[in-house]
Amino acid sequence: MLTVPPQLAPEFKTLSKEIDALLKTHGQGRDALIPVLQDLKERHHEISDLAMQVVADRLRVPAVEVQGVATFYSYLGTAPTGCHVIHLCRTLSCDMAGAKAVAEALTKELGIEFGETTKDGQFTLKWANCIGMCDQAPAALADREALGSLTPKLVKEIVAGLRAKADKK
Amino acid sequence: MTTEVSTETVTVAIDGHEVQVAKGTSILEAARQVGIDIPTLCHHPDLPDAGVCRMCVVEVDGQRNLQASCAFPLTQATEVTTHSPRIHQARRDVLDLMLSEHYGECRTCVRNGNCELQDLAAEYGCDYVRFGHKTEATSCLDNLGPSIVRDMDKCIQCLRCVRTCAELQGIGALGVLGRGDKTEVGTYLDIALSQVNCINCGQCINRCPTGALTAVDNTDQVWAAIKDPTKHVVIQTAPAPRAGIGEEFGQEPGTPMTWQMNTALRRVGFDKVFDTNFTADLTIIEEGTELLLRLYKNLVLSDSSQPVPQFTSCSPGWIKYIEHQYPEYLANLSTCKSPQQMFGALIKTWYAKENDIDPSDIVSVSLMPCTAKKFETTRPEMTDSGFADVDYALTTRELAKMIREYGIDLPDMPKSDFDDPFGTASGSGVIFGATGGVMEAALRTVVELVLGIKVEDLFAHADIVPVRGFEGAKYVEVTIPDKVGPVPAILAHLVPDWDWLKGATLKVAVVHGTANAEKVMEDIKAGGKFSECHFIEFMACPGGCLGGGGQPIPTNADIRQARAKAIYGEDAAYGEEGRARKSHENPAVLRLYEEFLTEGPCGHTSHHLLHTDYTNRGTFIAASTKKES
Repeated sequence: MLTVPPQLAPEFKTLSKEIDALLKTHGQGRDALIPVLQDLKERHHEISDLAMQVVADRLRVPAVEVQGVATFYSYLGTAPTGCHVIHLCRTLSCDMAGAKAVAEALTKELGIEFGETTKDGQFTLKWANCIGMCDQAPAALADREALGSLTPKLVKEIVAGLRAKADKK
Repeated sequence: MTTEVSTETVTVAIDGHEVQVAKGTSILEAARQVGIDIPTLCHHPDLPDAGVCRMCVVEVDGQRNLQASCAFPLTQATEVTTHSPRIHQARRDVLDLMLSEHYGECRTCVRNGNCELQDLAAEYGCDYVRFGHKTEATSCLDNLGPSIVRDMDKCIQCLRCVRTCAELQGIGALGVLGRGDKTEVGTYLDIALSQVNCINCGQCINRCPTGALTAVDNTDQVWAAIKDPTKHVVIQTAPAPRAGIGEEFGQEPGTPMTWQMNTALRRVGFDKVFDTNFTADLTIIEEGTELLLRLYKNLVLSDSSQPVPQFTSCSPGWIKYIEHQYPEYLANLSTCKSPQQMFGALIKTWYAKENDIDPSDIVSVSLMPCTAKKFETTRPEMTDSGFADVDYALTTRELAKMIREYGIDLPDMPKSDFDDPFGTASGSGVIFGATGGVMEAALRTVVELVLGIKVEDLFAHADIVPVRGFEGAKYVEVTIPDKVGPVPAILAHLVPDWDWLKGATLKVAVVHGTANAEKVMEDIKAGGKFSECHFIEFMACPGGCLGGGGQPIPTNADIRQARAKAIYGEDAAYGEEGRARKSHENPAVLRLYEEFLTEGPCGHTSHHLLHTDYTNRGTFIAASTKKES
């Protein structure tokens, strides 16, 4: 059983409760590792040190293996991201169909470069390699939503839509 | 350890040699059966295959691409080619790429001359760095711990260490982080190895093909002490290195070097050469007494403050393992220090006083098959003599290096005995070096002390064979007859009689390798068979100390078997030469109780110097101890 220093106890209690609830859905075996990490990433926009240690403890896998899985998949990753992550495809079809202009529009609209997060913590911009939407190039993923036939004009609308969602929260 | 093998067979032709193998056998294994050597860097006979290094590629009839022979199970008749221009080029490419990423000087590397990458580079004619060469370090050297040094600039990502740590030992201190060209072998959050759940067993070192994982080297400090005329430098030597060190001097595995090593150690400059088996014998008296006391308390006095089963405490890897993984069972651990630490405490007290030497002038060195022993010397509680009880723990490899530096060919040395006042210990001390040895030694003594008969009356030649061998967890029952002996004088103040043991069944177990320890601990938690044991021997390393992380490289089941044979052979030879084979017959141990530990086993002085307590470490890894960069 994992015991943590007193200063981490409140965070530990909340996280343990949350992760135990997730494990009720995903099972207690090591095959629950990826679904649990996906859920944690979606809820917290990061996979924290303590979260990894709680997951390791519950699934009886070494903490380094949890970190290994989290850092292997580019859609997981341990570092904090914004509430919304936009992955723009940079492979051949999208590039030929004008991904560069879309990328410029995104960086201009959000005021950040690829790989960065906006100061308000709302948006992270990332490159993706082929997401299988070559027929609708240039394509991107906004969180879990696939977006095709992008143009600089559409980018403004999409970002505005995501901002509105954030404001409602 | 390869893919699952069935009883069906397939016939394959490897380089034209027909061979019939069980279906599922890997090409690599099949080739070795016909004497064809395929080079590998990631395959290791103790580990499940990973198929990552691509050195073992071969051509398989009907397969367009080259196949990794370690990860290709044979399921049908086929033809395999293991050497061709195409294969040679592929292997050379792999090597050249590895060398381009490999930063570090071969000349000053501890693995110079015993490096699998270096050997293959020579074998495949890598005479220039085709893809360039890294000119500066890109990883931070992790040398913060007392036992293991991690230099990831020398890592070729064969993942043997990761598989050793996670699968052979069930620890998981090392893992694979990141992906693609960013992949790294590392620890959780890149925290120093000494600050995570590593138990310092050093099994990763024994399996690392290069110098990426090495033991902390204390030879400079020991040379400095030897050269200092004001220092009295003593060394105690454990039994397992004697069975292994010959390998460092070109001897077949299992060639014991005990008596030659004594001479070599004196020539190298140690003032006294002592036998750690002396304190192994002492451990048996202390730990055997503790066991009988625990049983008496639990069975007769209904006092469970010191619960059973009692766990052995000789293996510092096992100690750190239980402190991390099962701290709720620390009360089950024998409070006895390990033989190394008992000896350390006696050298700087009794020995210093007897010989009128200021203990602050004594430099106490130990020769151990173990990297965790280095950590053990640094534990803050190991200072009961008023000083560091042991100053430096050397591995078998370090001592071999020192002997070579002195121009000594070990096998050529004349034989000599250990120094007094501790002398040469009993055969029971010798077998501490093999899994089951502590249990056998304890049983020899407990049986005689309780039954008042010779152990030979129960087991021929006092060889307690059921506790020997390499099965991961052995369970043995010994029924105590209805007739018990009188309580020997040495224990008379502790228990009134043995009547309460009449007809009892003593249940014991022997466990080696921490992956097996985990299974047994889980069984105990679940109230299974092992929870009914009275006494369990745990050793962190596969095979016990003889397979320790400080032993010569390489290691495999055959080598460990040969070392075990040497150890048991030495014990048997003690019998033939009329030396003591049972701990309680060791004359120096008896003298120690008469002159120094006068309150007897588990008495006040014993408790002060020879017993210890443990730390609840738990599994939490504190990020605040992150490695400085």
